[in-house]
Amino acid sequence: MGNKIEVLDLNAGFGSTHVLKNISINIPKNRVTAIIGPSGCGKSTFVRCLNRIHELVPSAWVNGRVLLDGKNIYDSDVDPVDIRRRVGMVFQKPNPFPAMSIYDNIAYGPKIHGMKAKLDEIVEDSLRKAALWDEVKHRLKDSPLSLSGGQQQRLCIARALAVEPEVILFDEPCSALDPVATAKIEDLILELKENYTIVIVTHNMQQAARIADFTAFFLMGELIEYGETAQIFENPRDKRTEDYITGRFG
Amino acid sequence: MKLRVPSFSILNGKSWKFTHDTLFQIFLGVISIISVIVLAALLLRELIKGSWPALSTFGLEFLFSTAWNPVTGEFGALPFIYGTIVSSMLALLIGVPLSLGIAVYLTEIASSRVRAILSPVVELLAAIPSVIIGLWGIFVLAPFVREHLAPPLMNYLGFLPLFKGPAYGYSVLTAGLVLAIMIIPIISSVSREAILAVPSLQKEGALALGATRFETIISVVLPYAKGAIFGAVMLGLGRAIGETMAVTMVIGNNPQIFTSLLHPGYTMAAVIANEFTEATDDVYLAALIEIGLVLFAISMVVNIIARVITWKYLKLEEGLS
Repeated sequence: MGNKIEVLDLNAGFGSTHVLKNISINIPKNRVTAIIGPSGCGKSTFVRCLNRIHELVPSAWVNGRVLLDGKNIYDSDVDPVDIRRRVGMVFQKPNPFPAMSIYDNIAYGPKIHGMKAKLDEIVEDSLRKAALWDEVKHRLKDSPLSLSGGQQQRLCIARALAVEPEVILFDEPCSALDPVATAKIEDLILELKENYTIVIVTHNMQQAARIADFTAFFLMGELIEYGETAQIFENPRDKRTEDYITGRFG
Repeated sequence: MKLRVPSFSILNGKSWKFTHDTLFQIFLGVISIISVIVLAALLLRELIKGSWPALSTFGLEFLFSTAWNPVTGEFGALPFIYGTIVSSMLALLIGVPLSLGIAVYLTEIASSRVRAILSPVVELLAAIPSVIIGLWGIFVLAPFVREHLAPPLMNYLGFLPLFKGPAYGYSVLTAGLVLAIMIIPIISSVSREAILAVPSLQKEGALALGATRFETIISVVLPYAKGAIFGAVMLGLGRAIGETMAVTMVIGNNPQIFTSLLHPGYTMAAVIANEFTEATDDVYLAALIEIGLVLFAISMVVNIIARVITWKYLKLEEGLS
């Protein structure tokens, strides 16, 4: 099992604030890797560096290397737009495009990348993969705002799948959802790892324990411990990891 | 345990209680409704009373007649209605794309330093008195249109009735350009607010799919803000319809209907301002006031349409969790 992403000495921040400090981590292919840690520890900034979304914020800076299939995505000959197609992202809150129908939300990505043939097929396939097809197949022309929060989030997952990414980043995808909707998203993530490499940021440790193969613990912008999920939760090597997972702080 | 829900609505029958709050609410409600109704009624009454001699003489014919001859006592409002609509639409046609370009540039592309300098400058345009813009129109824009803009238009597009010569500097086209300049500050600053209010999560959603910045602006940012942008355009249209001084200085003040934009025209606001002092007999004066009534009605309709559409979009946005 190879590594899909290798991060080497990544530093990032905003202006004079240094958020990520010397992060080096390997993310294995077709596995779920969870990033846990208290609020403000840099977990979101970390995943946003993996698809070059971080640098869009004014004053944001990055240095270090992020190798996607061995190629540094921060090399000057790399087009960030292409990286963002290959590394998809699902955000904290569902963010469907309200001015487009359910169908057009999914079809938008393929259209801008010139995949104009077989749009109907792509839309159906993406919605099926996101376990949403049966719920929306009769109302594809409706507004996405007619869907519930959990359905909207699965719509956003389907939208990300439609551009055929290789990696999907989930930035606390369930923080705005109820437990039933959360369970559906978790099942979905477990199915998706067959075909995609998945990184999920979560502040819900049970969630990490349920779905992740590997877990990384971040604290104050540093990677404290990284290993198989079972090892991190049952047998943490670092005192700070143990304190965090047993709820002594954070 | 009884659940106490604070209720401020007097329509909520079960918890209806005559407290100080409900009294206060009724008091404010009555005051605001009365003041609006009284003001509108007074305005309408004055306009109708003032225009009655013309209303009773010409009836509906007034709206469709092109005759405007104070000497023989013939009055028709069509050239003015036509001139107002054509010059305002021309202003929107020129002003809206420019305003949107300014708004997008200032919010999404310009660096913070450029933005800090440029956005007050654009808004300062709104502070120039319209008579000054009119003077600039007379001395700079009208000669420019006559000598540099109209000849190529006639050469290359002269086969269209819209651009038939001869070209006078004072024309509907000049008025449209002046109006466009005057509505740019309001449309661009309201649109800028609307674009700033688009959640960054929406933009990132598109960018994360591999959309370029241009694609994100065109297909996600502008559609998300379209309700408020439409409201901004309607505000600009309201200003263009009612603008008097600058228009009357450059439009040529000729009460005839021409298809060519290079010909002089006339607008409702301009004719009222120009001819009010000369209107000596009753029917003439009443005809001018009736034009005011029509102007009032058109502005009301534009504003009501703008409100309804803006409400519709606002409701739509509330549905987003």
